[in-house]
Amino acid sequence: MMHTDNIPVWKKFGYAPRKSKPRTETLETLIVGGGPIGLALALDLGRKGRDVVLLNALPFIARGSKAICFSKRSLEIYDRLGVGERLLNKGVIWEKGKVFWKGGAEPIYEFDLLPVKDQKFPAFINIQQYYVEEYLLDEIAKYPNIDIRWRHEAIGVARRSDGVLVEVETPDERYGIEARYLLACDGSKSPVRTMLGLDFAGRVFEDNFLIADVKVKAQRPAERWFHFDPPWPGASSLIHKQPDDVWRLDFQLGWNIDKKEAAKPENVEPFVRGLLGPDVAFEFEWLSVYTFQCRRMERFVHDRVIFAGDCAHLVSPFGARGCNGGMQDVDNLAWKLDRVLSGAAPASLLETYDSEAITVADVNILNSTRSTDFMTPKSNAASIFRNAVLELARNHDFARPFVNSGRLSQAVPYCNSPLSTPDEDAFDTGPAPGAPLIDAPLGGGQWLLSKFGEAFKLLSFEGGPSIPSDLPLVSIAPPHNLAFRRYGATGGEAFLIRPDQHVAARWKRPDAGKINAALKRAQGAGAST
Amino acid sequence: MSLILSRNAPAPDDIYEAIIMMHEGLSDEESASVNARLILILANHIGDASTIREAAMIARGDRI
Ligand SMILES: Cc1cc2nc3c(=O)[nH]c(=O)nc-3n(C[C@H](O)[C@H](O)[C@H](O)COP(=O)(O)OP(=O)(O)OC[C@H]3O[C@@H](n4cnc5c(N)ncnc54)[C@H](O)[C@@H]3O)c2cc1C
Repeated sequence: MMHTDNIPVWKKFGYAPRKSKPRTETLETLIVGGGPIGLALALDLGRKGRDVVLLNALPFIARGSKAICFSKRSLEIYDRLGVGERLLNKGVIWEKGKVFWKGGAEPIYEFDLLPVKDQKFPAFINIQQYYVEEYLLDEIAKYPNIDIRWRHEAIGVARRSDGVLVEVETPDERYGIEARYLLACDGSKSPVRTMLGLDFAGRVFEDNFLIADVKVKAQRPAERWFHFDPPWPGASSLIHKQPDDVWRLDFQLGWNIDKKEAAKPENVEPFVRGLLGPDVAFEFEWLSVYTFQCRRMERFVHDRVIFAGDCAHLVSPFGARGCNGGMQDVDNLAWKLDRVLSGAAPASLLETYDSEAITVADVNILNSTRSTDFMTPKSNAASIFRNAVLELARNHDFARPFVNSGRLSQAVPYCNSPLSTPDEDAFDTGPAPGAPLIDAPLGGGQWLLSKFGEAFKLLSFEGGPSIPSDLPLVSIAPPHNLAFRRYGATGGEAFLIRPDQHVAARWKRPDAGKINAALKRAQGAGAST
Repeated sequence: MSLILSRNAPAPDDIYEAIIMMHEGLSDEESASVNARLILILANHIGDASTIREAAMIARGDRI
């Protein structure tokens, strides 16, 4: 049984007993895990009208230090799910990062994460993960077809040819669930993965990071400030603003340390005082020490068991690619599973979740591995180069892009996806097949991105012959120049858009034959619709 | 861009001397830092990762 004594609580729900208690239930879709990924997946499927049961071993939303940085793309996905604006209103908006070295007053490197302005959502907001989970749950409460079962723990899994049998334990009973599909969202230690004896290969970084969430009324800019070799303790440190006057402080401690000792408030205080100044009054919210890893499963789809989020892929947090990466899984999987369950697409469409989500995971792992290697050099030679980069960056602009304190999460395009139709026309700019749409204002508070999602649609730019298609059409007229520019359009172009707002195909001179062929392909060829 | 492996330096002695001079009066530790900075400066000048990867393999002796 899950040990919950040391887990801090944000919001308590308590054990949710079943209303009727058959020994074995038969379901369409079972989600195991009520973290941000399981919840978002439940909501996405529920909105599409699917019946979903979600098991969470815990009877509460956990507090404590987890994700805080949520990317523009995640916000766009949350917006499609109905919680984007609420998150934006509560979150701290930031777009700028600064990197300092040896406590110097001037940054040696600065970056702006949103070079393309005029989009509905900023590059990033900071907000505690528990708010994200809470808002998702509030939205889920509107859907009677989503059943969240608090304090129901999956303790056994058996694969069947046409589904999965899961054994569940609660404080007062044990029962079985036979589901057509099991979506495992049970986090990095994934009991489902372990019970099925599946792999999770990768690397552990030999360093420890102290994460201190500290409440302090400080007048500091809402920017990501990263310090290499600061004059206070720790090999590096990072400071980030969160809502409710909470600041996330991150200190790199080194490998051979006593983790328990390191997280004691009296031992953390010198770090905090160093970073915030000797006289600042603060309170600790939560202290923890982490080692970081990059791992992934070899496959995410195992017949009727499908993995998403941290259980499928794990990254070190520099770059905020964990939860943001997992949100891309949700976005990718929900529409595909919905179509497979309704019979609109063959089960083979789920294979493209495997290949596309693995493309994303590999990019995220590559980026966070490189950042962590820069911060935690593995050899003397690596340290010499790291310091050479920092030294050069002080006076030479060319060296600044080599400084790597985290390459922050962006949507990863599905390059070479079997669902995409390669370009036959040359576009100067704009999202290529496989890439997500880029937002643009459409006047009157309307945004291009909000017009898409849920169904296949056609985005067309007025100025050419009318487009022969039965698909829902979103037509952009000439006064919206920003949209034209962002899509490399001059008039007459069409883009085929997937239900997850990614581009499946684009043409300068579309015709019915091309559109139909691309649509068939994007639906997972062989589809019955 | 691909790595030039034919003779490309009209004044090799001048280049060699410039590299050795760079280390004059430096401790081993300082030399290691200067080497690293030089490599980074030249890497930016070249600007192409595959050329640098190719050169790195030859430098390591992994390729002739
Ligand atoms: C210090 C830190 C900072 C981070 N910062 C960021 C950031 O800024 N941005 C970002 O994108 N990511 C960040 N991350 C990563 C992010 O927290 C994770 O990627 C995210 O929590 C993954 O969500 P998940 O739903 O896949 O898994 P989890 O959040 O781990 O949820 C798993 C759920 O499964 C449940 N469960 C487990 N076993 C069972 C079972 N047998 N039966 C039923 N339920 C079960 C658990 O109770 C839990 O609810 C950070 C992580 C850490 C540690």
